[in-house]
Amino acid sequence: MLDKVAEQVKPFDPVIVGFTCNWCSYRAADSAGMARIKYAPNVRLIRLMCSGRWDPQFVLKAFAEGADGVLISGCHPGDCHYLEQNYKTIRRYELLKQTLASLGIEDGRVKLVWASAAEGAILAEEIDHMVAEVRALGPLNWGGNHGA
Amino acid sequence: MIPANSDDVRIGVYVCQCGSNIGSVVDCEGVAAWAGENLPHVAVARENKFMCSSLGQEMIEKDIRELGLNRVVVAACSPHLHEATFRGACQRAGLNPFLFDMVSIREQVSWVNTDKGIATEKAKALISGGVRRVAHNEPLDPITVKIDPNVLVVGGGIAGIQAALEIADAGYHVYLVEREPSLGGHMAQFDKTFPTLDCSACILTPKMFTAGNHKNITLLTYSEVEKVDGYIGNFTVRIRQKARKLNTATCTGCGLCEEKCPKKVIDDVFEAGLGYRKAIYRPFPQAVPKYPVIDTENCTYFQRGTCKVCQKFCPTGAIDFGQEDEVLTVNVGNIILATGFDLFDCRRIPQYGYGRLANVFTSLEFERLSNAAGPTGGKVVLRDGVSVPQTVCIVHCAGSRDRNYNKYCSAICCMQSLKFAHLVKERTGARVYNCYIDIRTPAKAYDEFYQHIIEEGIIFVRGKVAEVTDAVRLAGEEGKLIVQVEDTLVGKQRRIPVDMVILSAGLEPRYDAKEVGKLFGISCSMDGWFIERHPKLDPVATMTDGIFIAGSCQGPKDIPAAVAQGAAAAARVQGLISRREITLEPVRAQVDEAKCSGCRICNTMCPFNAISFRADPTRPGGGVTEINPALCQGCGTCVAACPAGAIRGTHFTDEQIMAQIEGVLLRNPAREHAVEKEAVYA
Amino acid sequence: MAHNGESKPKFAMYWAASCGGCEIAVLNTHELILEVDANFDVVFWPVAMDAKYHDVEAMDDGSITLCLFNGAIRNDENEEMAHLLRRKSQLLVAFGSCASEGCIPGLANLYSKQTMLDTAFSTITTDNPGAVRPIIAYDMPEGRIEILRTLDQVVKVDYSMPGCPPESHQIAAVVRLVIDALHGNAALPPRGAVIGAGDSTVCDECRRTRSEKTITEFRRMATFQPDPVQCLLEQGILCSGMATRSGCDARCPSANMPCIGCYGPAAGVVDQGARMMSAVASVIGGNDPKEIRAIMRGIADPAGTFYRFSLPSSLLRHAKV
Repeated sequence: MLDKVAEQVKPFDPVIVGFTCNWCSYRAADSAGMARIKYAPNVRLIRLMCSGRWDPQFVLKAFAEGADGVLISGCHPGDCHYLEQNYKTIRRYELLKQTLASLGIEDGRVKLVWASAAEGAILAEEIDHMVAEVRALGPLNWGGNHGA
Repeated sequence: MIPANSDDVRIGVYVCQCGSNIGSVVDCEGVAAWAGENLPHVAVARENKFMCSSLGQEMIEKDIRELGLNRVVVAACSPHLHEATFRGACQRAGLNPFLFDMVSIREQVSWVNTDKGIATEKAKALISGGVRRVAHNEPLDPITVKIDPNVLVVGGGIAGIQAALEIADAGYHVYLVEREPSLGGHMAQFDKTFPTLDCSACILTPKMFTAGNHKNITLLTYSEVEKVDGYIGNFTVRIRQKARKLNTATCTGCGLCEEKCPKKVIDDVFEAGLGYRKAIYRPFPQAVPKYPVIDTENCTYFQRGTCKVCQKFCPTGAIDFGQEDEVLTVNVGNIILATGFDLFDCRRIPQYGYGRLANVFTSLEFERLSNAAGPTGGKVVLRDGVSVPQTVCIVHCAGSRDRNYNKYCSAICCMQSLKFAHLVKERTGARVYNCYIDIRTPAKAYDEFYQHIIEEGIIFVRGKVAEVTDAVRLAGEEGKLIVQVEDTLVGKQRRIPVDMVILSAGLEPRYDAKEVGKLFGISCSMDGWFIERHPKLDPVATMTDGIFIAGSCQGPKDIPAAVAQGAAAAARVQGLISRREITLEPVRAQVDEAKCSGCRICNTMCPFNAISFRADPTRPGGGVTEINPALCQGCGTCVAACPAGAIRGTHFTDEQIMAQIEGVLLRNPAREHAVEKEAVYA
Repeated sequence: MAHNGESKPKFAMYWAASCGGCEIAVLNTHELILEVDANFDVVFWPVAMDAKYHDVEAMDDGSITLCLFNGAIRNDENEEMAHLLRRKSQLLVAFGSCASEGCIPGLANLYSKQTMLDTAFSTITTDNPGAVRPIIAYDMPEGRIEILRTLDQVVKVDYSMPGCPPESHQIAAVVRLVIDALHGNAALPPRGAVIGAGDSTVCDECRRTRSEKTITEFRRMATFQPDPVQCLLEQGILCSGMATRSGCDARCPSANMPCIGCYGPAAGVVDQGARMMSAVASVIGGNDPKEIRAIMRGIADPAGTFYRFSLPSSLLRHAKV
């Protein structure tokens, strides 16, 4: 099922799953669109109500399903739509990163980015950055990694 | 409900071209055909020029009815634009609106990509995510909440008064709570208001009086809110009414006690430290309510046990030294916060000399100085109380637009400084300098006022004042305050010797704004101002339903803006009251009590106090956690925290999100590989 | 399930990659073991009686009524036996933590084959003067070191019974239930169910007092004497009780020791480690990443702690090596 596009883009085009909150970062993606900012097509966004709903298991699930990286984004600390929930996101993100490190998964594959509804350009830039970083790391290829 | 893995799930997929917005970049026809062939449970997949048009919507409705669709996915613009539209279409055709999902292939695909192939592939991945997710969606019913028509307004400044009057005039009951002994707020301290220069008291006093005597307003001055429970439509509020130490039922407000009280106290609230009041006092003669309070920290009787002069002279025997604070609980449906601002403390800029150099005044001090009812009877004089200044310099942006203090513009200082310049000129004939960074006069009749002030002969120096000092360096500076400033228009340093300096102090959030925000479940910006729901489109609502903000607690603003916000908040509240009940989006967290172990991990997760622990002696673990659906805002933070998986986030369940992850990754080659590998084990 | 009355139903118990604790736990059911004997013909149980694999192969497919399979799938031998016993058994139970979640042997999935062998045979604490290393590929089905898998990742399992080992009272209850079902006096739970455990977590059975939690420091058991009454997590000890399936009567916390997670995830939970990670992180007292990281440094081995018993059954199953 390798499609034409994937074949054209060589050597490796990472797939990144992105989680956004409903209020800031999803709207940042909206505003990037409205401003017609062109950025890497590798991120597929999933909308949650709050980055506080984001759960480490979503990252593990994404990796297990073949993602090469996961982006988590939300309102800036202090500006959370739900007051202070993104602080919990920071805590979970930090612990997930520690755990992933002992699971041998490179640091650059998971990234937490703050973007307000107005910061479409920042989100786009962070996505470009992350895609480049993950591309440099190479495929995670979890499915093909059995039989250690 | 039809289970997600059932063959009975029938999904309709609709790909919108959005004219050429999507269609020129994404092969919509190809995407629809692909979805119909490859994605599970898809009964029909179509594309259309404009899905949001009535034709597009009718197409969905028709398919739901004729093809028996029970899930719908529309791939078009952002859900923030048209989710409601398509939910409506589903509902009209008898499908629960929450069995719909929207995929953004315009903002996230066609507008941000130019390569048709890449864009089309990304659109497919996103639609696959939506289709996988929607299969797990469940029908949900909106939550209905009744609205208690009573309203709480916190803060008795002009914004709060305006809000209270609007609502009371509309026939609803208002509890108006004010921390100080009288209504009025900062506006009561001013002499003139810009740009019309009408007398502040003359326009404020009637409003205060009306509010104080309105049959629909319960006035609770000298009171503070201690606790807020509940949710929109149903708040329970505990208010502490501090003891005035006199019986308001018998006090006539004659003022004899105040006159006879032997104890003088520097009044650093209302008179900004320039004047005195008594230990029993009303902040100002037109105070509403008319009753004084005893300041027990300064009252001779309370401090030394003797005096009681006020009691002796009171003609109605109203003085009651033994009076205690009263705590009352009221039920309200909506709350408006109009808690105002604090003045920037100019002592924080030591180089401006305030507090050290006698004749450096703050803006509020000058307001009192120029006020006919103030300590000098409206005479503009130096700190010695006699000398009339010959030269005055007004320093703009004291504490504002300065990264050392506050980065923001305090919005009122330019106009206030122009007003001061006019008053100084009018009252003393002095030579007046205004040192400014920029002059900002954007509202109606403001710039005209500025032009008028220029014509009056006020001198404007464009430059941020570096220092105010009494250190003499040049002839003619003896006995003067020297204002050191770079005149940026001529590009040179100036030393301006003056008799008086007025610092146009900026506005700051109330010192306790954070705690107040916490009390009411709303948040503050980085600067400390309360955050509105939307800076442009929803300026007086907050993220917490039923809590509104008005006036300077939301950010620096002048009187017209504060009044407009007070009225706006009142209108929002009246709108809610007249609906009698409202529906809330049923995105909520729910606890499965059988699975909850009472570990209490989630108990600190909710800033809206929706989570509580119910002790249950029949369970060894001691109890279970409960979530109040009306208080829950649906963020899902507790769902992600629950180690037992006992909390479900409706419309954002684990199953739905996991399915969407699988969906968006469907086309990743690694995934295909993993599936094959998996198959070997099966 | 029909009991034909002529010959007794047949019972088997097998150990794959396991420690033998599960067998001890079965024997710990005391007199009940006599009931097992009274109600079943024990046809295969390497720990208790001699039998050869070819004896099992010779049995009719489906002739074993109840097979308790403990131990994880570590090598080809384990896998072959899994397939064999699946074929021969009517009810195949993934018995104990190794078979259901992977358990302690599953922590090997954190390392590469090479690291694992190095650790076992060549570290300073190993007495291996001849530098003996096992052959990891041999012309026999046995001996190939794989990533460790759970039984249900290899064959279809009828029931899973967690615990390292399962509590004897739970084993007794399950055995009684099966006996009752054989006599037509009870119904078996739906296939695929977790049996011999609760649906909630250990906290539900733990009698320690607990309140709202904020963790500002993680502490280890060796460094202090914890309060015997207060919730251990609140004392900074990484107790896994909140994320671990109930059913053990909170044995470890009752003994003033933290739960280590052997009963696996609660009902409906996909990934025990992720749930615990998220829960623990949620109550860390700090909002600044630096501060948070400083507190988290108190967690000695995050992956080993959160996935102590469930790495092979987690979403990722193993580390990237």
